[in-house]
Formats: sequence, C-alpha cells, structure tokens
Amino acid sequence: MGNALLQYATVLMLTIFVGIEIIAKVPSILHTPLMSGSNAIHGVILVGAMLVLGSADTTLEMVLGFLAVILATLNVVGGFVVTDRMLEMFKAKPKAPSAKNDEVAS
Amino acid sequence: MSRGTLIDLLYLVSATTFILALKGLGSPKRARLGNGVAAVGMLIAVVATFFKQVDGHNLYHVALILVAMAIGVVIAVPTARYVRMTAMPQLVAIFNGVGGGAASLVSITEFVHIHSTHPATYVTLEVLLGVLIGTVSFSGSAIAYAKLQELMTGRPVTYPGQQVINGVLGAAGVVLIVIILASGQTALLWVLLALSFVLGIAFVLPIGGADVPVLISLLNSFTGLAVAASGFTLGSNLLIVAGTLVGASGILLTRLMSKAMGRSLSNVLFSAFGSVVTASAGSGADARPVRSGSPEDAGVLLSFASRVAIIPGYGLAVAQAQHVLRELAEELEAKGIEVFYAIHPVAGRMPGHMNVLLAEANVPYEQLKELDEANSELQTADVALVVGANDTVNPAAKDDKSSPIFGMPIINADLAENVLFLKRSMRPGFAGIENELLYNPKTTLIFGDAKDTLTKIVAAVKAS
Repeated sequence: MGNALLQYATVLMLTIFVGIEIIAKVPSILHTPLMSGSNAIHGVILVGAMLVLGSADTTLEMVLGFLAVILATLNVVGGFVVTDRMLEMFKAKPKAPSAKNDEVAS
Repeated sequence: MSRGTLIDLLYLVSATTFILALKGLGSPKRARLGNGVAAVGMLIAVVATFFKQVDGHNLYHVALILVAMAIGVVIAVPTARYVRMTAMPQLVAIFNGVGGGAASLVSITEFVHIHSTHPATYVTLEVLLGVLIGTVSFSGSAIAYAKLQELMTGRPVTYPGQQVINGVLGAAGVVLIVIILASGQTALLWVLLALSFVLGIAFVLPIGGADVPVLISLLNSFTGLAVAASGFTLGSNLLIVAGTLVGASGILLTRLMSKAMGRSLSNVLFSAFGSVVTASAGSGADARPVRSGSPEDAGVLLSFASRVAIIPGYGLAVAQAQHVLRELAEELEAKGIEVFYAIHPVAGRMPGHMNVLLAEANVPYEQLKELDEANSELQTADVALVVGANDTVNPAAKDDKSSPIFGMPIINADLAENVLFLKRSMRPGFAGIENELLYNPKTTLIFGDAKDTLTKIVAAVKAS
C-alpha cells in the first residue's frame, strides 16, 4: 500500500461525511431534482472514460473506451438537461399570474 | 506551474462546484443555480482532461473521443429535452444506468490496459468492485426503466425461492472476487461481469412499480460508488470525490424517500410490495355500492363550497390535466372560494412530481401544502377533490393492519365534508390495493378521463 492509496482513502472518508451532511436538510419536494442532479454529477466518469480511451493501446481497449465515452456523455448531458428542465418549473413566480387574472376579472 | 498541476487545480475547482451544487439543490431558490454550477464544473473538468498527459504522453485517439462525445450529445439532448414530463423518472433511470455502465467499462478497460504489468491486489480489487457495482446499476436501471415505461409489468415479479437465489447470486459475486484476487485468474473478470448483469436484473425484478423511484435513488448511489471505485483505479481525486459525494448522499436520500412512504428501506427492497392482493379487499369488494355523479354535480358542489382542497396524483400527470386544474382553481377563487393543493410527498412516480407538474401549470407555490399542514387544513375543508390520486389517500394505511401500505402517512381526504373522487375506472391504484375511500358515504365518484372531466367541471362552475 502506497501513500497514494492512503491519500485516496482520506479523500474518500472526508467526502462521505460531506455527502451526508450536505443533504441532511432537504425538503421532500426537492428529493427528485436532487437525485437527478447527483445523477448528472456522477457523469464525471466521462473524465475517466476519456483517460482510458486516450491511453488505449489495443483494439479491445479502444472499443471499450469508445463505448464508455458514449455512455458517460449520455449520463452527463442527459443528467444536466433533465435536472434543468425539472428545476425550470420551480422558478419563483410570485402571484404574477393570478394578479393578472384578477385584473381581467374586475 | 506545470501543466499537470494546473489540470489538478482545475479538477479541484470542478470537485468544489459539485459540492456547492449539491448544497444548492437542497434549497428551492438556489437549486437551478446549483445545477448550472455543476454543469460548468463538469465542462471545466472535461476540457482540462483533453490537455492531460497519461503515462508521459498526450491523449491518444482525440478524434475518436470527440466522435464518441458527439454521438452521446446527439442522443442525449433531444431525449432529455423533448420527453414528456410524465416520463421523467424513466429518463433519470436510464441516464443513471448508462453512467453505471460507463463506470464498469472504464474499470474493465483500465484493467485490460494494466493487467500485463501485474497490478497490486488492491488495484484488482478496485477494478472488480467497480465492475460489480457499475454493472448492477446498469442492468438494474434498465429493468427499472422497463417497469416505468410499461415495457414490462410494473408489478413485482416473484418466483419461488427468489430471495434465496438472489442471496446465492450476491454471495457468488463475492466468492468470485475472492477467487480472482487469490488466483490471479483475470479471465474470470468476464464471468463477474455476466454475473453482475444477472444480479442487477434479479435484484430489481421483485420491486413493485410504486417503489421504483426509491430504487432509482439507490442505484444512483451505486453508480456513484462505482465511479469512486474507478477513481481509485485511475488515481483520480476528482472521480473519488464526485463518486463518493453521490454515493453517500444517495444512500441518505434513499432512506429519506422510503421514510416518506412510512417504510424501511429493506421493506422496500425485499418485500415484493404490492404483489399480494389483500385478502380483506377480495372478490366481494367489486359488488359493493358506490355513489357516482356527473361533472355537473361536482361543479355545483364546488361552487357552493368555501374551502376546497385539491389532492393530485399520478393520474393528473398521465391525463396532462394540470392546466385545466389550475383553470378550475382560478374559477373557484374568482368566486371567493379558498383553494389549496394537498401534496403527498410520494404522489406521482417520484417525490416532488406533483410540485413540478403544478409549477408547470403556473400554480402559485404558496397554494401547495405539504402532508402535515394539508391534513390539519383538510378538517375545515368543504370539498376534497381527488384527481388521479389513489394509494396516497387510502385509509387502509391507517386502519387495516393487513394492508401492505399500513403505516404509510396519507392525506386524510375523508376529513373534508365531501370527497369528489375523479377516477378513470374502479381499478385499484399502482400498488394494486383496494381503496376504502371509494365506498365512503361522503364520496362521490366521477368516472372518466381527468382532463375531460375537469373541463366539464370548469364549464359547470362557470355556469352556476
């Protein structure tokens, strides 16, 4: 076991606590956007996919790496777009529509 | 500063944006900003990676990387952009699944790349874990997608000895990992891949459609862990941080979601919930009398109310009736009737589904009441209008100990003076459980498509 492994394990441990702390107080209506947003974030595997394809020596590695980049891109792009679409609907519209209707009605 | 250090610094920036993003996603005001921040962080990481050196050389096959990315973008953007709101949970499932698949492939490719150099045992272990978890997430998400998209039955698929078989499959995975580590038989990696694939399917099959959102959240967390495992193999702090963040927060989120249904996570995963038709609601139930009315009756009843509670459910999303519903609420408000929406945390196919749907129809945020508040307000409501909801208003959750949903918090529609139940047919809801509320003397059933019925009710309210 090298120092590198210990360093990674340290990062792992600290991040576990950050991950738990950070969403401890999320209102239930945001559970789904949160799930979808974190879904996009694990799309960072794209970086890993680029690295393995970018160092591929054999055809097998190239094929596997190529597939990995496609799948990871789907994850990143799809994840962010879907989350944005969900959250678009949460944007604040303080009473503007109903106020307008009142004017029409009166 | 060397190029490598600069890139690592950019990765650090990127990892920080992910943490900020998750924090932002926890608050309604900053959620969208948070998502945008993470997207920018992701872009920074991807661009920086193009300039990274691996094994002392620049990235090979840059053109191939760009082609693969282009293919991904061309498929993902239209899919994510134009799929209907009701299909959102499936989309999240499928995008999560491909992420798991990617993590698994990255681990495999890296292993193929380094295995001739006889990597240390712990490196092999990281690879094997990445493959196992990533592949389970991939095939499990595919089944979750099929269930939600109704490509297969949404009901739990059970067979004799299922738990035992699943247990054996899981144990076989662990044994296989030990064998590979001990013997160095790397060809067995492909066996592990196949086994993980089957395990993912077997794990998800017994989980009923109504519980699939919780499952997706769990699989989301799995993908995070698989990404973290790949990060160990590749020696990337960025992947470790991002993967672990998602893994840890995902598990907590999964528990919060099952808690919102009044059930434990293990109950969600292993009880094949909804597969048994309850004895108490057996064959004789259909013969019992119900009271049904016309949309015009409903319009009159609503017009003479002073407080109306609207209880939306999945049926509202299916019928795409949210705009007509808002129209109805506005008509009622114009008559001086107070209207609020009682939102069950798991109404629809995912938590927050109803909020998203109603927000799309410009329903003012303040009119949405969460479970506890809604229940206390319902006591003074004259009419509870149930649109497309079923299990979330089923009193069996309170009084019938034999019911599979016993213990789930529900919206007490029966507290209101009258209940108007808009329903397509007498068919039970997603969990497949008979609903006593339908037979309550306070209840009037209005059969038909929700959008159609609501349009007629709006006309009736206008006329009266």
